[in-house]
Amino acid sequence: MTFLLVALCGGLGAATRFVVDELFRGRWAHEFPVATVAINVSGSGLLGLLTGASLYLDLPSGWLLVAGTGFCGGYTTFSTATVETVRLAQAGEYGLAAANAFGALALALGAVAAGIAVVWLLA
Amino acid sequence: MSPRPHLRPGLVALVAAGGAVGTSARYGLALALPHDGGWPVATFVANLFGAFLLGALLEALLRRGAESVGGRRARLGLGTGVLGGFTTFSSLALETDRLVAGGAAVTGVTYALATVVGGVLTCLAGVALAGARHRRRGGGGAR
Repeated sequence: MTFLLVALCGGLGAATRFVVDELFRGRWAHEFPVATVAINVSGSGLLGLLTGASLYLDLPSGWLLVAGTGFCGGYTTFSTATVETVRLAQAGEYGLAAANAFGALALALGAVAAGIAVVWLLA
Repeated sequence: MSPRPHLRPGLVALVAAGGAVGTSARYGLALALPHDGGWPVATFVANLFGAFLLGALLEALLRRGAESVGGRRARLGLGTGVLGGFTTFSSLALETDRLVAGGAAVTGVTYALATVVGGVLTCLAGVALAGARHRRRGGGGAR
């Protein structure tokens, strides 16, 4: 049952990422892949909130698994982010490639820590 | 003008189905390689392998020239769906945060940097493999 719910929420997360990415695509013309960065940072922030709720608010572990591993895992993506880094580098945009690779990581780390901290402060 | 892809329920459903498959595979890998608090092996393997496969898939599709209906379905279903769901950025960030917060800062930072740099390398390997395969078959095409 848990496996099925994780899979369903993963599918929901991937569909959400697809729609968010398309919405960004219509409004952002620059070659820097801001949509994927926004998706990965917001998904990491949400996973931070869920982890905080599991640590400090006794959120049942099944919820963390389904919403965290399922939804947040399906919503965020490492493979697309990496392909976008490689494409920036192939286009000679090494600064943007490095910013995309390491900047997104730093922002995602900040988001996950902030998510956990917010729940800790409220709990 | 054709409607934007996100407005087409069929394509959204294709991405969702692919995402469910990819997420199941990642969860299965996590069950097979449980995280004992050290190096997060399952996420590491999923992210590096997924970056390799997406690099190969997108390069192979790109070399076929202008995108066909089948090509778009493969890109969205297998790429955006399966491989997007198989790999994860949020778990990478959370595992790094937990390692650093738990006192294993060196392991955490090494894990995060090895994932990002290793992902670029496996992705490039996938791109190169798809390119070599295309040339062996004597294909012309876009690039």
